[in-house]
Amino acid sequence: MARLKRIASMRETGLIVIIAILFIVMSFASPYFLTWVNMRAMTMAFAVEGIVVVGMTILLISGGIDLSVGSVVTFAMVLAGWLFLNGVDPWTASAITIVACAGVGGAMGWCVTRIGLHHFIVSLAFMVIARGACLLITQGRPLGLYTLPAEFKFIGQGAIGPVPFVIILFVVLVIVFDFMLRRTTIFRKVFYTGSNEKAAAYSGIRTKKVVFLSTVLCSTLCGIAGVIYMARFASAPPHFGLGMELNVIAAAVIGGASLNGGVGTILGAILGAVLLSVVTSSLALLDVSVYWQDIIRGSILLAAVSFDHMLNKKKA
Amino acid sequence: MLSPRELCKSKVRAMSPQTVLKISKISKSFGATQALNAVDFELRTGEIHALAGENGAGKSTLMNIIDGIHQPDSGDIYIHGKKVNISSPAEAQQMGIGFVHQEIALCPDITVAENIFMAQTNASKSILMNYSDLHTKAREVFAQLSPIDPGTLVKNLSISNQQLVEIAKALTLDCRILILDEPTAALTETEAQVLFRIMKNLTANGISIIYISHRMVEIFENCDRVSVFRDGQHIVTNDVADITPDDVVNSMVGRVIDNLYPPKQSDAEVTGEVILKVDNFCEASRFRNVSFNVNRGEILGMAGLIGAGRSEIAKGICGLEGEAVTGDLSLEDQPMEIRNYQDSIANGMVYLSEDRKGDGVFLDLSIAANISALSVEQVSTNLGIVDNAREASQALTLGERLNLKYGHINHPVSSLSGGNQQKVAIAKMLSVNPKVIFLDEPTRGVDVGAKSEIHKILRDLARDGVGIIVISSELPELIGLCDRVMVIRDGIISGEVDGDQMTEENIMHLASIAQTEALASTRPEQYKTGTPL
Repeated sequence: MARLKRIASMRETGLIVIIAILFIVMSFASPYFLTWVNMRAMTMAFAVEGIVVVGMTILLISGGIDLSVGSVVTFAMVLAGWLFLNGVDPWTASAITIVACAGVGGAMGWCVTRIGLHHFIVSLAFMVIARGACLLITQGRPLGLYTLPAEFKFIGQGAIGPVPFVIILFVVLVIVFDFMLRRTTIFRKVFYTGSNEKAAAYSGIRTKKVVFLSTVLCSTLCGIAGVIYMARFASAPPHFGLGMELNVIAAAVIGGASLNGGVGTILGAILGAVLLSVVTSSLALLDVSVYWQDIIRGSILLAAVSFDHMLNKKKA
Repeated sequence: MLSPRELCKSKVRAMSPQTVLKISKISKSFGATQALNAVDFELRTGEIHALAGENGAGKSTLMNIIDGIHQPDSGDIYIHGKKVNISSPAEAQQMGIGFVHQEIALCPDITVAENIFMAQTNASKSILMNYSDLHTKAREVFAQLSPIDPGTLVKNLSISNQQLVEIAKALTLDCRILILDEPTAALTETEAQVLFRIMKNLTANGISIIYISHRMVEIFENCDRVSVFRDGQHIVTNDVADITPDDVVNSMVGRVIDNLYPPKQSDAEVTGEVILKVDNFCEASRFRNVSFNVNRGEILGMAGLIGAGRSEIAKGICGLEGEAVTGDLSLEDQPMEIRNYQDSIANGMVYLSEDRKGDGVFLDLSIAANISALSVEQVSTNLGIVDNAREASQALTLGERLNLKYGHINHPVSSLSGGNQQKVAIAKMLSVNPKVIFLDEPTRGVDVGAKSEIHKILRDLARDGVGIIVISSELPELIGLCDRVMVIRDGIISGEVDGDQMTEENIMHLASIAQTEALASTRPEQYKTGTPL
């Protein structure tokens, strides 16, 4: 009974209920909603971004934030694409790119833990720097990568049976990270650090290392996402991913992560991303003007956070 | 026989002219909790009236009602015999009520003067700030308090001076009733004495003070009357001259506490075996030549003024103060090298921080996760996966050992009372079976009942062979609890007392008096020659 009550009071349960209601309403409102094509399109829309959501959620739990994710994803696309066009084998190019993105995270983590700057400022600077690097590499023009080998394109475009490979990859990543975050000692230290950094230090946890590694992990996942995007689009436009950071942070926060650190789950954050994606798709199917979509998504974010805040106030 | 109404009238008439505030039959509940149950209270002009009671007894709720933060469910408030309705702190201010909260709520990055006149600046019609006027006025206020420069940034002041700024802020609002909520919790004895002198000056000017404190000595030395609360009820009000501290404590807890402190180490328990040997610990500017031993079975006290370096020494030994610390350590005759706190924990030496909410516990994490924080590996599999069942059973075992009162082991620590939060912090230390524990102000802000329990826990640990070092600013606690007290002054050990020599006078002498001499003679010379302190 107590267990049932706990499950009922969980953030994830609430989100699932809201998403289910949306599904039911939408399946009556539009004949196209509950079709395989639409479901597939909706899932594809957030699957790759969902990988970035995983990284962002972990970083938020550690008490940090990363505004550079959109730029770093694009940087990964552009760098891997450029390497490929210069004769590097695409797999090697991808590996180099992911390591480079980890390096960007390392540089940000270094600024935060060694110089003592705030995550917000550091990642704001790197958001601009990484975008600048994209423009520099591409000279402002999209890189055409139609010559990518088919086995590589499979990562982004292929399917196993009816299910796109991207979605399988995404689901596996989410399950692995959700479990690790809930149960492993390494990620428990991320929670301790984000909940109260000083108390964590007084518990013998190397908090700077935790913050540094969380930052690196987030950028590394951005690198992986970027490579997948490149394989999917067979192109590397330097202006890709503008505003992605806001979507990603919104998804994590709707899913229960706190900007003060110490709180959040991967499942919740992904459900947040699903909710935003379902809403976007529904609005399109209902012929609501594209221009309304951002206003509505922003309002959902505000409503979710306000609801949370009032709930917490009531408890205290 | 008088009718109830006439009785009521006659009461008003009989109310002595010197009653400034009268609370009549106030009740207040929050949800299912009855915080106050038909409480009466009366404050006379120019008196210091102490409020005593365990945490949750209703003192703070009553003060919040007087300050207009909460509204009573029923009952009346009279100021100068006139019934009033206080609906907000701003209204309370207009009625001459000033409330200095336990937590300091100043803006650290602006000056003292700006902090003091925040309310007036807010209400002012003028567009520009008149700083010179502000500073002159602030100096006038401080003339009766303490010489603090109004141009200093608040963050550069000591905690005690920040407390005085809070009081000054209340005084500038022309308050006649001053509520002080545990103002001495963060002060040392000398600083507290200064505060009491200031309080007496204020009452001489006709200001009435409500003084909330857990410290019996303070109440009996400085207050005129004391009211005791328990479980939302007003138990008794007495002149302090007519009762003893034991009476107050007993009516606070509703049962007789025979001994406030557990019995000390008996002669039979003196082993002479050294657990921890600290040799010549130094850190560039904050402490030097610190050498002492901790024996098996004893509780060693560390006394000193705030800023003397007590916490720094304890943290330095545990590897929490970085690389600049030098000195030799040995644990059970084995020399050990402590480069960081991880080394210290691995060797079985832990430190309990003085700021419970700031860095002692993780408020929004569960009780179980808090207790396992020091060594989450202990309750995990070899693959680094936390075993929830083991984590819970560890929390249950330690919780039972420390008599922790909680709803569920998965509830957040923020749901616990201060005393129980502190027990969680101690349980966290015990989870690694430490050999030596440094406890920094282990009972600060903890109520009498929990305090006595924590003392007993510490004594039991000492008896089990754990080396215990307690840092406290409360001298009666050090004297009551410890077998030996060493006194830190200005970063050095200025002396050590035990047995009959453990008196407040001796400790204070070692902690402070010699310091003024040192200030007068040695320091200026050192400044001149440029020798580092």
